[in-house]
Amino acid sequence: MAAKRTIRTIPAERTPVREQPADERIGGFEEVSLGYDEAEAAREAQRCLFCADTPCMTGCPVSVDIPGFIRKVSDRDYRGAYDTIARTNLLPAVCGRVCPQESQCEAVCTVGATLEPVAIGRLERFVGDLAIANDWARRPFIAPTPYRVGVIGSGPAGMACAADLAKAGCDVTVFDALHLPGGVLRYGIPDFRLPSEVIDAEVANLERLGVRFECNTVVGRLFTIEQMIEEMGYDAVFIGTGAGYPTMLGIPGDSLGGVLSANELLTRANLMKARDFPMYDTPIPLGTHVAVVGAGNTAMDAMRVCLRLGAETVQCIYRRSAAEAPARAEELHHAEQEGVEFHWLTNPIEVLDDGQGNVSGLRCQRMELGEPDESGRRRPVPVPRSEFVMRCDQVVFAIGTNANPIIGQTSKLRLDKRGYLRVDEDLATSMAGVFAGGDIVTGAATVIEAMGAGRKAAAGILRYLGIRDESLAYDALGEPVFGIAPHEHSYVRLRAAEPETSPTHRTAVTAR
Amino acid sequence: MQSSSDDLRSTSTTPAPRAGVTGFPIVARHDVSDATFILEVDHPLMARAARAGQFVIVMSHPEGERIPLTIADFDRKRGTVTLVVQAVGKTTREMQRTCQVGTTLHGVAGPLGLPSPLGKARTVVCVGGGLGVAPVYPQARAHKERGATVIGVLGFRSAELVFWEDKFREVCDELILCTDDGSAGIHGLVTDGLELAMERYPDVGEVVAIGPPVMMQACAEATRPKGVHTVVSLNPIMVDGTGMCGGCRVRVGERVQFACVDGPDFDGHQVDFADLRARLTRYRGEEAQALAHWEHACRRAENAASDTLVSELPTPAGA
Repeated sequence: MAAKRTIRTIPAERTPVREQPADERIGGFEEVSLGYDEAEAAREAQRCLFCADTPCMTGCPVSVDIPGFIRKVSDRDYRGAYDTIARTNLLPAVCGRVCPQESQCEAVCTVGATLEPVAIGRLERFVGDLAIANDWARRPFIAPTPYRVGVIGSGPAGMACAADLAKAGCDVTVFDALHLPGGVLRYGIPDFRLPSEVIDAEVANLERLGVRFECNTVVGRLFTIEQMIEEMGYDAVFIGTGAGYPTMLGIPGDSLGGVLSANELLTRANLMKARDFPMYDTPIPLGTHVAVVGAGNTAMDAMRVCLRLGAETVQCIYRRSAAEAPARAEELHHAEQEGVEFHWLTNPIEVLDDGQGNVSGLRCQRMELGEPDESGRRRPVPVPRSEFVMRCDQVVFAIGTNANPIIGQTSKLRLDKRGYLRVDEDLATSMAGVFAGGDIVTGAATVIEAMGAGRKAAAGILRYLGIRDESLAYDALGEPVFGIAPHEHSYVRLRAAEPETSPTHRTAVTAR
Repeated sequence: MQSSSDDLRSTSTTPAPRAGVTGFPIVARHDVSDATFILEVDHPLMARAARAGQFVIVMSHPEGERIPLTIADFDRKRGTVTLVVQAVGKTTREMQRTCQVGTTLHGVAGPLGLPSPLGKARTVVCVGGGLGVAPVYPQARAHKERGATVIGVLGFRSAELVFWEDKFREVCDELILCTDDGSAGIHGLVTDGLELAMERYPDVGEVVAIGPPVMMQACAEATRPKGVHTVVSLNPIMVDGTGMCGGCRVRVGERVQFACVDGPDFDGHQVDFADLRARLTRYRGEEAQALAHWEHACRRAENAASDTLVSELPTPAGA
């Protein structure tokens, strides 16, 4: 702690403000005063004595807490300085420029009785300009908690979990194995259904909340979940890695050239932008006659991608009837509109070889619906002597996914028989502080279900960390600002001390 | 993990940050032939986590493709991992041109795959041919570190293409070099070297073979009659490298396995090499197209550059 400031210890001269030279400025309408930079503001803030009777506040028509905001500037807590001013003055960047400070606050400044008064107006402008640059007016301060949470996977579960944790003041880092964040939203769902700009915008929104994204990071392999908790300082971890291990049908010929999983097709087309090959380096197998096995949303996406890549015919093969198809009605409808031919009650039994190791067709058999199975859907049973060959040169399997084995291989977390993570009703895993949700718990499901699981896990993590309710996040705000209630704002967590180093994929909300 | 907690805490998951630099810096490069080059990449966390047999997915630039490269070495003190690249297709030839010391790779994800199961064999032969020479090194070192007798068998086209001989001699009890022209070591293929090793060391309990599929298959066939357990490291086409796309599926015995998460090491006697080779040629047409497109772009860029130079020349006096 520095010695108490006195009139003798502070800089005697006001910090001058840089101006555009007179001969240049009369040629245009650029602002004359250039304002303080950080160093200048810090120096001028040192001249305030923080006197107890605060004459400056009485000199101010709206009673801005002038010593309060100057103290925060002095501490380089610019966000705090802005919030202090904004409690009574909505327009610091304006008032700092046009108020007649010399006849108001600065006229009664204690320092001004002996030396030049503190340049309150210039400091206020400095804070106001930073607020505009950082969009602070729309993003009230969230009181930070001391907790660090790691989120594994930046798909819908991870993003939803990260958002809730960040709003509650946690320091959140999201890891993703791929080179871009977004998970299945990025690699799985095609641009014509979810443009990548929308994902970028959602990621940017999370970054504004203070969430950090670290790509190219395969948790489990680069470091383990145990290491995150025991060595790397994470207080809790959320696992939202998705199911992501595609099922192949296991019929003869399923490793022929031209047979691939819907995941591979979609990853090449979406994430790797193979649709723009050779402008992008990743190629995609282009079939003229494509057979897609499965009738879920992934199958619909795969078929519609194939049509856009130039396939002449795209056939959907599904062993149950249209009524049992798991895809959204809208997706089915769009696929049909775009020219997909549906073969309901049809089961593939062999991929045929053209003699060169490539697909020449798909041998199928007709099915009919029998008794309901354990899922309540009527079980498809083969119709005798109904085999036929469908000509095609590409076969895409969109028949679901299994649990990705990496987390199981690299941790001691308890798994169920199928390799999915076992969790309790709070989505806590068998390891203290480690939670999980989304497809890696339930098996393949929908985006919104994964987001729901992410939020539920966030609530569980907050309880585990002892963060009781949302009020903590809004303490600093207290009451509506600009007539906007707290829940209508988007929130940001201010970092007390940013590390000097700057990881590649991060937007820090600091004043610099 | 041998590290102290402070070390991990202070290590960012992204490589050592430098002002304005994103990506993974290349700190050393060594060209061992006109087509093969070795890159040392700064990545302290990966150097710490890597184990013999693992690989990384590299994306050299934002429009690039994701390619698997075996980790040929890792240096925990220097905080680097070493990758060997053979310039054969568009991406690798472009990397040969652009990946210089001081540049960065856009993405490096890993270490991926299961570490090699080192087994308990008292005597191990490590066979490396072509691109497999470098990745068999960490396996030889790991076997040496656990106390096994290690015989290295390395294949090169000729003596001047031999590299890492000293590194191998440090971790091998015996090193057998094989060259196609007989200019170094024995005149023959690595399978000849492998037969020689098995004659000299009748107690060989495990063979590790890394190289082109045809070489790994030949090694597996050489050991099959003797029933010597033979591990091969498969390098099929991959996209994500984390089990998500299934592009790298291989037939091993009766099962379909994903090389990226179930491998890359498999029992050589069980691998369906014909299937592996067929799947590796899957994109030959597209690869040729990408290469032609790139070479065309390079020529255009060079022409444009020389045009600029011409236009920048001072106009001759009196013209």
